[in-house]
Amino acid sequence: MARSTAMKAAGLILALLIFTFLTLAVSSSNNQIQILNAERRIDLSSHIVKVFLTLKVENVGTTPASEILLAFPPSQADHLALVKAQAAIGKKKKKSYVHLDVNPTELPDALNGTKYFSISLLDPLSLGETATLEVLYILTHSLEPFPAEISQSESQLVYFRDSALILSPYHIKQQTIFIKTPSTRVESYTRVEPTKFSGRELKYGPYEDRPPYSFSPVIVHLENNSPFAVVEELLREVEISHWGNLQITEHYKLAHAGARHKGVFSRVDYQSRPSIKGASSFKHLLASLPPSVHSVYYRDEIGNISSSHLRTDYRKSELEIEPRYPLFGGWKATFVIGYGLPLEDFLFESPDGKRYLNFSFGCPLAQTVVNKLTIKVVLPEGSKDPSAAVPFPVEQHLETKYSYLDVVGRTVLVLEKKNVVPEHITPFQVYYTFKPIFMLAEPLMLASVFFLFFMACVAYLQIDISIRK
Amino acid sequence: MAITKTEPINGSTTKSSAPPSSMSLKSDLLSTLSLKSLKLKTKQQELLIRVSILCLVYVLAFITRLFSVLRYESMIHEFDPYFNYRTTLFLTQKGFYEFWNWFDSESWYPLGRIIGGTLYPGLMVTAAIMYWGLRFLRFAVHIREVCVLTAPFFASNTTLVAYFFGKEIWDTGAGLVAAVLIAICPGYISRSVAGSYDNEGVAIFALLLTFYLFVKAVNTGSLAWGLASAFGYFYMVSAWGGYVFIINLIPLYVLVLLITGRYSMRLYVAYNCMYVLGMLLAMQIRFVGFQHVQSGEHMAAMGVFFLMQVFYFLDWVKYLLNDKKLFEAFLRITVTCAVGVGALALGVGTASGYISPWTGRFYSLLDPTYAKDHIPIIASVSEHQPTAWSSFMFDFHILLFLFPAGLYFCFKRLSDATIFIVMYGLTSMYFAGVMVRLILVATPAVCLIGAIAVSATIKDQTMLLRTKSKVSQTGSTKGTGGGKASSKALLDQSQPFQRNGAIALLLGVFYLLSRYVIHCTWVTSEAYSSPSIVLAARGAHGNRVIFDDYREAYFWLRQNTPPDAKVMSWWDYGYQITAMGNRTVIVDNNTWNNTHIATVGRAMSSYEDEAYEIMKSLDVDYVLVVFGGVTGYSSDDINKFLWMVRIGGGVFPVIKEPDYLVNGEYRVDKGAAPKMLNCLMYKLSYYRFGELVTEYGKPPGYDRARGVEIGNKDIKLEHLEEAFTTSNWIVRIYKVKPPNNRW
Repeated sequence: MARSTAMKAAGLILALLIFTFLTLAVSSSNNQIQILNAERRIDLSSHIVKVFLTLKVENVGTTPASEILLAFPPSQADHLALVKAQAAIGKKKKKSYVHLDVNPTELPDALNGTKYFSISLLDPLSLGETATLEVLYILTHSLEPFPAEISQSESQLVYFRDSALILSPYHIKQQTIFIKTPSTRVESYTRVEPTKFSGRELKYGPYEDRPPYSFSPVIVHLENNSPFAVVEELLREVEISHWGNLQITEHYKLAHAGARHKGVFSRVDYQSRPSIKGASSFKHLLASLPPSVHSVYYRDEIGNISSSHLRTDYRKSELEIEPRYPLFGGWKATFVIGYGLPLEDFLFESPDGKRYLNFSFGCPLAQTVVNKLTIKVVLPEGSKDPSAAVPFPVEQHLETKYSYLDVVGRTVLVLEKKNVVPEHITPFQVYYTFKPIFMLAEPLMLASVFFLFFMACVAYLQIDISIRK
Repeated sequence: MAITKTEPINGSTTKSSAPPSSMSLKSDLLSTLSLKSLKLKTKQQELLIRVSILCLVYVLAFITRLFSVLRYESMIHEFDPYFNYRTTLFLTQKGFYEFWNWFDSESWYPLGRIIGGTLYPGLMVTAAIMYWGLRFLRFAVHIREVCVLTAPFFASNTTLVAYFFGKEIWDTGAGLVAAVLIAICPGYISRSVAGSYDNEGVAIFALLLTFYLFVKAVNTGSLAWGLASAFGYFYMVSAWGGYVFIINLIPLYVLVLLITGRYSMRLYVAYNCMYVLGMLLAMQIRFVGFQHVQSGEHMAAMGVFFLMQVFYFLDWVKYLLNDKKLFEAFLRITVTCAVGVGALALGVGTASGYISPWTGRFYSLLDPTYAKDHIPIIASVSEHQPTAWSSFMFDFHILLFLFPAGLYFCFKRLSDATIFIVMYGLTSMYFAGVMVRLILVATPAVCLIGAIAVSATIKDQTMLLRTKSKVSQTGSTKGTGGGKASSKALLDQSQPFQRNGAIALLLGVFYLLSRYVIHCTWVTSEAYSSPSIVLAARGAHGNRVIFDDYREAYFWLRQNTPPDAKVMSWWDYGYQITAMGNRTVIVDNNTWNNTHIATVGRAMSSYEDEAYEIMKSLDVDYVLVVFGGVTGYSSDDINKFLWMVRIGGGVFPVIKEPDYLVNGEYRVDKGAAPKMLNCLMYKLSYYRFGELVTEYGKPPGYDRARGVEIGNKDIKLEHLEEAFTTSNWIVRIYKVKPPNNRW
């Protein structure tokens, strides 16, 4: 007994020691690592800002470094939808990429609310070693329309704010930024020499030898007429029926988040020259649905919307939807899309006897940002122990729903996530246990009701209940 | 066993009425039951056939009304149903008390409307109860589906009532025929297709139920039936303003019975129970309130009620007094006194204003020309026009010819019940002639009377055939070789060609009935199943083109205008804007305030700057007009415009109809009146229309609804700006600009 407690205490001390050592290593690693070359490519062609960051890092310190930190100014951190990192392995010809884990971290000496993400390296870098990291991060709501209100025939101009120098806790030897603009029209941009604008590309840099936390704000004022389609709220309901159908119902609250429409909407102008007299508006949206989709509908609170087209082939289905009216800046539309899917393509049985649903997360509409996505997985009545496996953090809770002929109600697993972009379309799984006998409950109930009804009829016809004779 | 084997043959030959055979059957009833033989007795066979026919009719009545759902979608139709739908939604969401006390500030801005006190809640409560019931049974239906299918469901129920009513006034055969006829009669279908969620949908059921229960009460003299009819009446009062027809027809019927000397204790019990309880129950409906004792339209019922008491009293006195002379003297005194007191009470009541005079709508029923001269708002509604002969033919088809035949049969076999149906038929036919929409009220009566004609004819003819064949059968069994000859001889003995005549007549009846079915189905599918909110047309290649502009505009209003925006439009679209657009309107289809509507009419027919003053005084933010010039949609605001002028001019004499006409002609082209070319409605309808080429080979600005090139192509708006126009230009919405800054 005594020996085991001693062992435990020793283990605890050891763990503490390792922990303090590690934290020290992290905090001191800032000086150990320097970035040899950083290249940032910012894609502004749609309203979703995609940034590809290539970093070549080197460990100049003595202790091996297992994490690399990314820093974001608070204005960007709020709009950050996704950060992905991968490491390039091998030489030029045999190059392959390995996905790396990225996690938000807190640093004690964070300046001005800077937010950090740490990339965990596969193998710790020892002295003098270099590694090439490729980071993709996506910013939403980062293009600010200016002027904020435009008329029907004006095209939409936006501000994009960033820094010419990468915000980083590390010393950067050389860095360059390329900004890809959607059109050749750029009203103005901040010059931080050397700056070059040609065609559709704005180049900042290269800048040499910048100390940690260098910052140099730039503003680009450019034209962007791509559809600013933002789904303010999306509720996707996935209802599993073990009789062979998966019913999906999606409730959209769509808005045009670009410059607000001001003044007249003239149909005659819009009809005659839609590309000029309605440049900033959009009319169609494309939803990509699974290939085996059937019984698709598209409606809103006041009824069916007749303008939609469905194209199906064996690889994918495309649903082209047209809201009731073209959407100009600030205009909104709510609608519902529903469809059925064969269950065998999405529901499987895991080796441990549990069933699991394999479905895709995210919004099926192309090129849209979802401010708040809620996915409700309605499990069949009588299923137990639901659990979800989602590749990124989401909020989860359980609900109960009563649908046709339910007695105890169906368990609903609710997943919620804010700021969702198309890159979030990845499969997720919901595990649960279900006994097939429960499938018979509803048919038996119906049958017994009809049986009782007919029995009552027979009884009524056969029994004489009158008092008089 | 031997007996049971012969039964079917026996039964089929004497199915309709053969008391002796049924007597003989009665003896072996027990043995059959104990044997558990699958073969049914005649009575059971008949019951089975009857029940299955009724079930089929029940289903048929429901599914024939589903054309619109299959062709379009499950949606609410027309105008008024949208208000009913909106209130039902409110009822299901907020509960009954909130609904009852609902003050709606979204309509009749700035006056508002007390919804709970100004509607007949029967329909909404019915739909809500069905919805709650289904929800309780765990059917996860949407309230819209319930509302859409309420009318077909009640139409199905009406067929059952028609069956029992027919059975009560004639026989089961007539009941069955009546059920079939009413199930598909276009006159009824026009108001009860799926989606036509209107008061009439349940009211016709309630009306027929009340009548049936009352006739049953009169026939039986039972308090229970009288009570049931009082509750039927209560349901009718809660559902539709047409209850006034019941409360006037029943006293009239009682009066006729009294005059024809058919007074009986049964009638006394039935009427008193129905009237007193029905009146008390009806007072619970806030919209009706004390009208049963205070309004001129309800006085006939009260008069007859007192008359009944006098009659009863006299009867009693007559029973007590054996002296005939004394009784006659007493009779004279009592009748004079009663009539005098009644007349005095009525006079004092009317003079003091306690009893309100008849309303305009009631007058316009009695005098078809009244509305045209005095109330343009009633005359402006197309369904309030006098009925054309063609629409009688359209809605009744063969029933129009069967109706007089049925009346003949009814007169031939007069009873309390047939007198009732005759009176119902005749009065409702008169009202149907006055107003198109009242064809609906006449339909059940016409179906029942037509059913009597069909049933009686078929029964007579088949009986004729039956007896002949029976005779021939017996003849053939008796005669060994020349049976046929003997039967022919028998036939010839009666009347020449009687048998052939009967066959021809039967064939004729079946031909007519089949034509009726074909006609009804055609009318239902072609004429009565379009929702009128979605317009369908044939494209150049024969494909179907959908114009969904109304919903496009309403949804735009709902999503892209401030939630407290006030929309001005002609009153036709008021209910739709509040229900689908969820915005406040100035006037709507509940035309309770003529002045308010006239103000809108005046704004529409004034010049823009004058209209701007009116719109500013009403806090109008958006103006909505309906325009069919691009699509050729003819029921648009320009075609309704003269009614706006008339209604506006009826209250504000500034607006004069001749100003908008040229030599009494209404036109929009170059020859139009200058006031017409510059009034607000013209400007809003045709704003920038002059730039648009609508039809190949025609000049720009060619109005396809009226087939002319418009007269004013250079329209400038000063105080309004175009906010939205739908893809086919059917609905145009303008924003009222804020006043200019003053320096």
